[in-house]
Amino acid sequence: MALKIVVLAKQVPDTRNVGKDAMTAEGTVNRSALPAIFNPEDLNALEQALRLKEQNPGSTVGVLTMGPPRAGEIIRQGLYRGADTGWLLTDRLFAGADTLATSYALATAIKKIGDVDVVIGGRQAIDGDTAQVGPQVAQKLGLNQVTYVEEVQGVQEVQGVKKVTVKRVIDGGVETVEAPLPVVLTVNGSAAPCRPQNAKLVMKYKRATCPLERPAEGTAYDALYEERPYLTLNQWSVADVDGDPSQCGLSGSPTKVKAIKNIVFQAKESKTLTASDADIESMIKELLDEKIIG
Amino acid sequence: MSIVMLDNQSAKVTTPLAHGRGAGGEAVFVYCEIEETHVQEVSQELLTKGRKLANTLGVELHAVVVGTAIKGQVEDQILPYGVDKLFVFDAPELFPYTSAPHTDILVNLFREEQPQICLMGATVIGRDLGPRVSSSLTSGLTADCTELEIGSYEDKKNDKVYDNLLYQIRPAFGGNIVATIVNPEHRPQMATVRSGVMQKAIYEGECRKEVVYPEVSKYVSPEAFVVKVLDHHVEAAKHNLKGAPIVVAGGYGMGSKEGFDMLFELAKVLHGEVGGSRAAVDAGFCDHDRQIGQTGVTVHPKVYIACGISGQIQHIAGMQDSGIIISVNSDPDAPINRIADYVIVGTVEEVVPKLIKYYKQNSK
Repeated sequence: MALKIVVLAKQVPDTRNVGKDAMTAEGTVNRSALPAIFNPEDLNALEQALRLKEQNPGSTVGVLTMGPPRAGEIIRQGLYRGADTGWLLTDRLFAGADTLATSYALATAIKKIGDVDVVIGGRQAIDGDTAQVGPQVAQKLGLNQVTYVEEVQGVQEVQGVKKVTVKRVIDGGVETVEAPLPVVLTVNGSAAPCRPQNAKLVMKYKRATCPLERPAEGTAYDALYEERPYLTLNQWSVADVDGDPSQCGLSGSPTKVKAIKNIVFQAKESKTLTASDADIESMIKELLDEKIIG
Repeated sequence: MSIVMLDNQSAKVTTPLAHGRGAGGEAVFVYCEIEETHVQEVSQELLTKGRKLANTLGVELHAVVVGTAIKGQVEDQILPYGVDKLFVFDAPELFPYTSAPHTDILVNLFREEQPQICLMGATVIGRDLGPRVSSSLTSGLTADCTELEIGSYEDKKNDKVYDNLLYQIRPAFGGNIVATIVNPEHRPQMATVRSGVMQKAIYEGECRKEVVYPEVSKYVSPEAFVVKVLDHHVEAAKHNLKGAPIVVAGGYGMGSKEGFDMLFELAKVLHGEVGGSRAAVDAGFCDHDRQIGQTGVTVHPKVYIACGISGQIQHIAGMQDSGIIISVNSDPDAPINRIADYVIVGTVEEVVPKLIKYYKQNSK
C-alpha cells in the first residue's frame, strides 16, 4: 500500500566543537559560528522512512526542515539518499522558536502537505537534546505517537485500518507496539545507520536549491532551473502554511532564557603522583587509613 | 484521511500569578512513574525536590500515579516523601504506558487542579509524556534539568517582574553552558529531571497524606487506547551504578572493550561498579546503561576513579559531586585533573594493576 511519509530533519550546529561566539546575547544559538550538519538521529529516521518506502511500492518520502535558507542543504542530503521531495520552512517570524513554537510551525506545514500517513524524525537534536518536538507535533496534529523507535517492522492493513508495528527501546527493556496510522514516530541513534548518498542521485540533484539560496543577480544555472522544475525546492513562509505569527518564533515560545553562564570548574588542590609502586601504595594506604575505602 | 489542527487556545492556562496558599490550587505536582506496581526511584527523588519547592512557595505537594492494579500497592512508596495529596488512577490498560491515556489523565487533572509546577523523570516515559502534556496545555517544558530553584524574573521588554517562578536550570549546547529557563506566563511550569540528579529522602515534616482514587473514565475516552503494546519486556538492572559507593570509570583512553576488563576487576576488589564516558560508550567499550554524564547517569560515590577519561564537561556534569576523585591519565593536563584529589600520571595498563595489587596487599 502506498504511504505518504514525511521525515522531520534539522540542520544543527555541530556541538561537539563549540567556540566562544556560539551564543547570542539573548541566549539563543548563533548557528553561523559553527559547522552545520544533518542531525544524526534524523538520518536514522530517514533510513527507516526509505525502508518503509521500499516495502510499500508507490510510497513517497519527503524531507521537512525549518531553518535559514542554507538549511536547503538538508533537503538535498535527503534527495541524495533516496527521498522524493522536500520542504524548507523559512521565515524570520520562525526565528527564536522554542520546542513548542517549532512544533507549531512543523505541524502547520504537515497539515499543508496533507494526507500524511507517517511522520518520522530523530528522537532528539544534538543542539538541544530535548526530544520534545516529535511528541509536540503529534499532539498539535491530534496523531498517535511512538517514541524511542529502534526499528519500524512494517505496515499492515487490517479490516481497513492501516497499522504500523515498531520495536522500541524503553528504560531497561524493549517493547513491540502497534499503532494505527497516521502516526508520528521518533527514532533512536542506535537504530540502523542511514544509507550513503547515491552517486546518480547526487548528479541529479546537486544543483537543486530553494529560491532564497540563489543570489538575487541570478545563477549560471537559470536555464537549467527553467527546464527542470524538480531542481527548485519547496520553500514556505509562515503565510504559505497559513500560520499564526503569534504562535511562531519567539512570540510563540512559552519558555524564556533568563540567564546563560559558561561552565568553569573550580580547580581543586590535588596531589600529583607518578605511576611508581611507592606512590600508588602510599595513596592506597592513605585512603585505607582514612577509611575512605574499606 | 484528514489531519485536523487541534485548537490550543481553549486549552491555554493563564492562571493569575499571585500565588494562593489554598489547600488545592497551584500545588507542585509530581508524576510518579511505575513499572507494574513498583514506583521508580527517579519519581521519589522528584517528590523530595518537589516538597522543598512547595515549602519555599508555601503550597502543597501533590502526586499523580497511573497504572493497572496499583491501588493499595503504590501509596506507601509515594506518601512518605512529603505528599499532601495523591491521585491514584487505576484501570485496565493503563499499564504498560501508552502516550494518549496518560496524557488525557494529566491534561484533564491539571485543568481541574491548576498546578503551578509539574515535575517528571527525564526517562523514556517522562520524555514521551511531558512534551505531549505541555503542548496540550500550551505550557513550557524544559528537559533534563540539573537544578530547580525558585526566583524572580524581570521581563525588561515588557517592563514586568514575575516573582516565585521556577528556575529550570540545565546544561545546553553539548554541556558547554548552563541555561536558566523560566516560563513567565504559562502554567504549569514543567520540567524533567534525570534519574540520580536529585536525591530522595523520607520527609520528616508535616504533610496531609490524603489519597484519592478518581474515576478514570471521566478523564480518558475509550478512543485513547488505540495504540497497543504487543510485548513489554523489562529486565531488572544489571548493576547499581547510581548507588555504588565506589565507581571505577573508563574513557576512550581504555582503548578497547578488553581494556575495560581490568576496570571490572578493580571494581570487583573495591566492591564498586564500572561506568564509562560517552566516548567509551560510543566506541563500544562498555554498555550504554553504564554511561556517566549529562546524557547518562549522574553518580555521587564516595570514591570516583577516572581511568583514561579526559574530562569533557558533559562527563564532569555527571560525577563532579563525588567525594574523592582519582584520575589516572597519561596526560598530566587532562581537564579532569583540575577537579581531581589525586592525579596519577601514567598509563592505565601500568597503574590499574598496581591499584588492585596494593589494595589487596593492604586492605586486610
